Amino acid sequence: MAILINAEHLSRYYGKHCAIKNVSFTLTQGEVLGFLGPNGAGKTTTMQILSGNLAPSSGRVEINGYNLQDQAKLAKRSLGYLPDTPPLYKDLSVQEFLCYCAQLHGIPKKAIAFAVITAQERCGLMNISQRLISNLSKGYQQRIGIAQAIIHNPDVIILDEPTVGLDPLQIREIRDLIRELSHDHGIILSTHTLSEVQAVCSHVQIIHQGQLILKESIVDLNQKMDTGSVLISTRLKPDLTVLRALAGVLSIEAISDLQIKIAYHLTDNPTSRIIETIISSGWELQELTPLKKSMEDIFITLTQAND
Amino acid sequence: MSMILTIATREFKSLFLSPLAWTVLAVLQSILAYIFLTQVETFNLLQPKLATIDGALGLADIVITPLYSNAGIILLLITPLLTMRLICEERRHKTLSLLLSAPVSTIDIILGKYLGLLGLLLLAVLMITLMPLSLLSGGALDNGKLIANLLALLLLVTAFTATGLYMSTLASHPAVAAMGTFGILLLLWILDWSAGLQEQRSELFEYLSILRHFQNIQSGLISSVDICYFLLFTASFMVLSIHRLANEHLQK
Repeated sequence: MAILINAEHLSRYYGKHCAIKNVSFTLTQGEVLGFLGPNGAGKTTTMQILSGNLAPSSGRVEINGYNLQDQAKLAKRSLGYLPDTPPLYKDLSVQEFLCYCAQLHGIPKKAIAFAVITAQERCGLMNISQRLISNLSKGYQQRIGIAQAIIHNPDVIILDEPTVGLDPLQIREIRDLIRELSHDHGIILSTHTLSEVQAVCSHVQIIHQGQLILKESIVDLNQKMDTGSVLISTRLKPDLTVLRALAGVLSIEAISDLQIKIAYHLTDNPTSRIIETIISSGWELQELTPLKKSMEDIFITLTQAND
Repeated sequence: MSMILTIATREFKSLFLSPLAWTVLAVLQSILAYIFLTQVETFNLLQPKLATIDGALGLADIVITPLYSNAGIILLLITPLLTMRLICEERRHKTLSLLLSAPVSTIDIILGKYLGLLGLLLLAVLMITLMPLSLLSGGALDNGKLIANLLALLLLVTAFTATGLYMSTLASHPAVAAMGTFGILLLLWILDWSAGLQEQRSELFEYLSILRHFQNIQSGLISSVDICYFLLFTASFMVLSIHRLANEHLQK
């Protein structure tokens, strides 16, 4: 498989503040790489560097074998980028805007009409192609942003939070589109929700405080993830120190006096022990709900592993 | 090259999507039409007297020169308002990343934006020139003088636009860009005023003054010094703009 993106030791400082530090990774064809991290983790900064909008303080990026700094034009030819705010000229119609994008990306004149129609079809914009962008909803604007990024059929597609502001139906359509595109492109997308990564990505990279703390394929990640959590309600206030002492319990978060959230190791599931303890101590168990795995769980796992 | 044209065409068309370009053309044309008609009227009044004097002022001196001088002053006020949004607004609306991530060089972007806006101003100059040309239907015109005035205004407009474009690459808010452009242009325009005081004449100030060079060309004395001044002026601000935009991704 051809290596589409090769990023080596990227760092970026804003003044003294370090946004990302020593980030290295590669992207191969057919891979959908999810960039996962909380707000301010450095996702957007990384995306901006990869798209040539921001110069790294140190490190280098190669796209399709071309250095993004020295051979910018060649490298950018195989790049489609959707920033966190879609770059739309609001006083143009959808069709005019996409035509302009096609021209900017050097699509030959004869092929422009076809490229615009294909992009509109893929992103479901056919019936609004004559409308002004400023009059369209946020969801449609986001889709135009995606159409703009794929119009020239680039090898690498970089999508910064592509499903923000879309309704559930649209999110599903966009995910289908990403899956479809992933057959013959390499895609990087950033997001802060784990479910999105699990739905469309083949690989995941977690970035935290500017550093990559994990790069795994989704399959490996699911195996590796060793944290679950349960929500427990009791009628009387439980003694947290007793519960924390139980084997397998990682941490306890008191949501209110009578409601707690317990994180635990999946391999050493303490749920039955917790129930026994609560009942034998007479705190009267009211409710016990297993929580879906969330990013928090991954972070707990990872930070615990690092400690 | 084709990228420059693509960006220039888009810029030119976009200007006409908002009422701005139409308003500018309308206002410019109305004010100058008023001035033009006043000058023609003045000429009509003076003509009997002038006809008796040998080598007196002609139609071109009384109508054309004031018309183009006033056009220069009004463009000094208007150009900053047109140039302010060129790069600045793209940055504010985050559309600049569309250009920065496309396989387009910084030179293409700057030249494209520049030519796009220059297109509108050339159109304005062309419309102004239609007024003196209409005089041809009723009499003869000093063609040399008309061409000199036209050249002067064209050079002036290219210089104004380049200044405005540079300020637009610098500023983070369009109003700041407009104010900055207006400040620079007005200062360079009035720099020559101190030359009126004989003892305090400064050759440097005289050379730097836009007005001095503009008037030299207007008078029909087309010397390479004046033309070079405008070309250098324009080129400097273009190079500065390209440099500034090329460093855009280093900033923040």
